[in-house]
Amino acid sequence: MILADIIKLLNLEVLVETDNKMEITTACGADLMSDVLAFSQEKSLLLTGLTNPQVVRTAEFTDINVIIFVRGKRPPKETIELAKDKKVALYLASKPLFECCGLLYANGLKSEDIRDIN
Amino acid sequence: MNEQEILAKKIEKGDFQAGGEASSKLKDLLRKLGVESALIRKITIVTYELEMNIIIHSLGGEIRALVSDKAVRVIANDNGPGIDNLKKAFQPGYSTASDEVREMGFGAGMGLNNVEHYSDKLKVESNADKGTIIQAIVEL
Repeated sequence: MILADIIKLLNLEVLVETDNKMEITTACGADLMSDVLAFSQEKSLLLTGLTNPQVVRTAEFTDINVIIFVRGKRPPKETIELAKDKKVALYLASKPLFECCGLLYANGLKSEDIRDIN
Repeated sequence: MNEQEILAKKIEKGDFQAGGEASSKLKDLLRKLGVESALIRKITIVTYELEMNIIIHSLGGEIRALVSDKAVRVIANDNGPGIDNLKKAFQPGYSTASDEVREMGFGAGMGLNNVEHYSDKLKVESNADKGTIIQAIVEL
């Protein structure tokens, strides 16, 4: 799926735009950045209810290109500024995390492979 | 092995706003040095975890990065109070982080486990008087 399709499917509001034609193959939904750092194995899309700048930092270090904030939670200015600086695309969804993930999954996005921690 | 220090940054206790600045700077420097992106990813995740650990758990400290032809060595040292139970600290899910830290999305008890996973070599020295020194090496 390309990002433009995801924007349409989830009816997203644009906060920071980069490249709408970007191909997105996997996604993860998490409010724990530690878990994103621990399990994220490949480039993907992050859906989260957390809005602080550390979310953008986490994306920066795991090569995540797109963040969708769910449940209509608007990020503070610092988060948006950092995302512009780091070229991470930001979107706002009014739907909850579960519904966003469900819609993306039903439309062909897969979850990423996660590593075994034990 | 001829190592060159490319980063030395003081990290303040509780300064969440600045969290990730050292790691971000290191990422830029490694990119300029032409290090492969998969390796940069490993090194910056390790550095970010160590940087956040200093902010969350310590009284303040420093992050340094040294580069040679063969490896990148990240050194995180802090001024205490030391890690009580090292074995537990590496256990996935174990954390002593506060609720405030958890609300920011950290303190899931994956930090050191993650550092260990992405490093090729890891050395941890910790005691109550001197604080903690963690050296993580990622081979190039």
